[in-house]
Amino acid sequence: MTTLPPSIASWFTARGWSLHPHQTDMLARADAPALLLIAPTGGGKTIAGFLPTLAELATGSHAGLHTLYVSPLKALAADIKRNLRKPVEEAGLPIRIEDRTGDTSYTQKRRQRADPPHILLTTPESLALLTSYEDAPRMFAGLQRVVVDEIHALAESKRGDQLVLALSRLQAIAPDMRRVGLSATVDDPNAIATLLARHPDPCLILHADPGPAPDIAMLVTAEPPPWAGGGAKYSIPAVLDEIKKHKTTLIFHNTRAQAELFFHNLWLANDESLPIGIHHGSLDRTQRDRVEAAMVAGDLRAIVCTGTLDLGIDWGNLDLVIQIGAPKNVKRLVQRIGRANHRYNAPSKALLVPANRFEVVECVAALEAVMAHDLDGDPRGHGPRDVLCQHILIRACSGPFDENDLYHEIKTVGAYASLSRAAFDDCLDFCATGGYALCAYDKWKRLLKRPDGRWQLRDPRAAQRIRMNIGTIQDTDTLKVRLKGNFKPLGEIEEAFAATLTVGDTFLIGGKVVRYEGLREMTVEVSNRATKAPKIATFAGTKFATSTQLSARILQMFAQDSWPQLPAHTADWLQLQRDLSQLPQTGRILVESFPHDDRHYTCFYGFAGRNAQQTLGLLLTQRMEANGLNPLGLVATDYATLVWGLNAVTDPAPLLDPANLRDGLETWLAGNAVMKRTFRGSATIAGLIERNLPQARKSGRQATFSSDILYDTLSKYDPNHLMLRITREEAMRGLVDFGRIEEMLTRTQGAIDHVTLDRISPLAAPMILEMGKVPIAGLGREKLLQDAAAALMGPAA
Amino acid sequence: MTAGHSFTLGQTAVVATTARALWLPATQTLCVSDLHLGKAGRIARRGGTMLPPYETLDTLHRLATVIGDLAPKMVICLGDSFDDLDAADELLPDALTTITQLQSGRFWYWIEGNHDAGPIRIGGTHVQSLTHAGLHFRHIATEASSEVSGHYHPKHGINGTGPARPCFVYDANRLIMPAFGTYTGGVKATSPEISGLFGPKAIAVLTGPSAVAVPLKRSPPPRGSRGKFY
Repeated sequence: MTTLPPSIASWFTARGWSLHPHQTDMLARADAPALLLIAPTGGGKTIAGFLPTLAELATGSHAGLHTLYVSPLKALAADIKRNLRKPVEEAGLPIRIEDRTGDTSYTQKRRQRADPPHILLTTPESLALLTSYEDAPRMFAGLQRVVVDEIHALAESKRGDQLVLALSRLQAIAPDMRRVGLSATVDDPNAIATLLARHPDPCLILHADPGPAPDIAMLVTAEPPPWAGGGAKYSIPAVLDEIKKHKTTLIFHNTRAQAELFFHNLWLANDESLPIGIHHGSLDRTQRDRVEAAMVAGDLRAIVCTGTLDLGIDWGNLDLVIQIGAPKNVKRLVQRIGRANHRYNAPSKALLVPANRFEVVECVAALEAVMAHDLDGDPRGHGPRDVLCQHILIRACSGPFDENDLYHEIKTVGAYASLSRAAFDDCLDFCATGGYALCAYDKWKRLLKRPDGRWQLRDPRAAQRIRMNIGTIQDTDTLKVRLKGNFKPLGEIEEAFAATLTVGDTFLIGGKVVRYEGLREMTVEVSNRATKAPKIATFAGTKFATSTQLSARILQMFAQDSWPQLPAHTADWLQLQRDLSQLPQTGRILVESFPHDDRHYTCFYGFAGRNAQQTLGLLLTQRMEANGLNPLGLVATDYATLVWGLNAVTDPAPLLDPANLRDGLETWLAGNAVMKRTFRGSATIAGLIERNLPQARKSGRQATFSSDILYDTLSKYDPNHLMLRITREEAMRGLVDFGRIEEMLTRTQGAIDHVTLDRISPLAAPMILEMGKVPIAGLGREKLLQDAAAALMGPAA
Repeated sequence: MTAGHSFTLGQTAVVATTARALWLPATQTLCVSDLHLGKAGRIARRGGTMLPPYETLDTLHRLATVIGDLAPKMVICLGDSFDDLDAADELLPDALTTITQLQSGRFWYWIEGNHDAGPIRIGGTHVQSLTHAGLHFRHIATEASSEVSGHYHPKHGINGTGPARPCFVYDANRLIMPAFGTYTGGVKATSPEISGLFGPKAIAVLTGPSAVAVPLKRSPPPRGSRGKFY
């Protein structure tokens, strides 16, 4: 049993603090090879993770790196550094604490490798980079503990897979390394434990007291929410009132663009000039730092933010969390709510603000789920192979390796425990030769097998290129934005959005309306001379789909005879839908057909989430095109897909036939843009496509060609190539999300209700107003292009 | 009958085909530009990634289809036919055989480009430029009139009708060809380096399922943006 050294104990006592039971437990179990703490936000779990390390380092006898702390956010690493240094300095402990992220300076990074601190705070990507250096074995030789904070968040993405692969490498270098995971409340702690622990070692799970139930409600406004849209502008006065009533409010949005727009409108309505800030991942680092510092100092009354502030950063005075837009996912909502009132055993206070009428239903369903402690989660699949390919390349950067050693090392990662030797060899072959059926690169392989049987990079200069492309976060290409004549960047916008701007256009960034002046090198220059209403910068953000569990709750709610829990405007709307058509049911697919604006519309209520509904739309329109129904476009939301075209759909059953849909995925959808984007993501992670090149991206797009061409070429000449197999696997989730279509088919078993109406139904009406309509690239489209061209040629001819 | 957009350049009737090739009906001449054969190999050789090594075959297959359809008496490859001179040397036997078969029974000109300046060991006539049927063929555009050139890989799109497509750009004096190679990107035809070569009445011919002609509107040049090219 590890005990708290007197210097720390007295520092605690001086503040009248005592350890929580789970913090004492963590100290007691300090020697466990793997330890997972599940604690609600605000439960002091980060300090619980560090106490054993502080105790072990208090004697000052350890030289070099002792504990590595990994968090999903740079901001979190910086925050922990602040919070940890205070007790360490005040208790006079001989412990050096530093952070290392993408934002750390070059000289600082070099020095850290030569002379690492006792405690290094970092992110999965920075850690992967550290393991790629030749001196990694020296740096990590004395490593005693890795603390993975907010591991539940990492577990949801490939960043978690990358992290645990890096841990397998560290464990090989430092066999005594213990693993500590800190997680918010999750649906399946065992899954997180499997991710964390060295396979097949057991992982001890400790549960902290979950604390009192949150005080959570839907914000009631005088004005009902609009029919469509995601801005929730209508709620500005009510939100402002709440800000005034509380000390500090955190206002969460699902996308960056919505956060920008909301902040802008909030600022316009801010008649008392309350100090309000904005924080999201596209803003420049210095601006984010400033907002974070002001928040910690208690200088701000509210922050408008996105998921970048989702995780356990400690804001002292926070007493209200407002979630704008339906939360899409109950687990994430609970974690966000936990941000409020960072005192143990005090209930968190939160308000949900639906952005439109349907989201009222979603918010109420989410509230019910929170009260029932019904968290959602999808089972973790086995480790993705694109991440494995990147891991092999990273391993090659750090020096020659033996393939058998590496295979066994990877098998100690829970997610890759079932990886077959053949699958590993495929990935190794891909990294070495490209893995093509046509062996074209005999002379120019990336990895070579040396006479001693070990693998190494053919060209050592390749290491730099590989290091520059480490990471699994799929960001779109962005351009820096700065005020003309001013060096300081304001933030970043997507390249695709920048391409749509012409001089004089205005857009929002950092809550400021700016005027586009031009492109200088790879920087967007803007001025403050904004006159027109702003275009909204289309940040990609993450388009969260409503979870399976939340969708199921909404369907259950639809089955009620009446809806006393809903505001009258929304209950009336559902009743109208029931009177004029019918409400969707759990075990059936509702299909509505109606004419509108000289087009035939058909709405398919699949409740499969936005991405799957979009995929469904693409598959349906493809079949409609083949059947001569001339579809023109579609729009997908989390609950339905609306398709329109020149001809009416009279029998939807064959369109929804499972065999047809699966066939469409295999054949037609394989050529679609969403599959190409999926391919692009995996091919970038696996190292086939380089995001960053050593020479700055000066030449940009024009010198490169689209990854779509690679996908098409590979599909045509090497359809069984590893990258295409990975792409098909990825299509079951993510952007394509065919897994949710399968879930819908299983749930409904071919039960379809087709309702033909003479006009648009109440439930379908908001969809007409939805953004993000997808045009169908069919014959009708080619004709439209020709017509548009003819119209343009008219005056010229 | 050739699928494409017919017009007259100088005194010569030409067809900009959907397949990114130029057809001169009177002399039965076919012109393609910027094949960039061997590009994947060149990237790997220089320590880059190993892209799917099928682009050379794909480019040649598409060229074979066009040649099969039109049975030209003469073929002009308008420069950057090879991604570099080593790429020409490293072509796989299959590709060399295909080129030899395509060349048989017709005149074949390789015009030098910036990527493949210098002698190559593959059959056909190597020239810096060529004057044929009243038109001047060279890789990079000059001030001359009645000129056909490549190099810029122009692409163009119409707002709201999908992504930009490789395109021909022409006015009364000159024509710039789209790149024919499979692994070739594009530069917006409205960018100053391309649109600056044309008068106000320039036309872009989009390629793809159909050949679509639209006026090329010149956008004001953004300051300080000058491109670099492969």
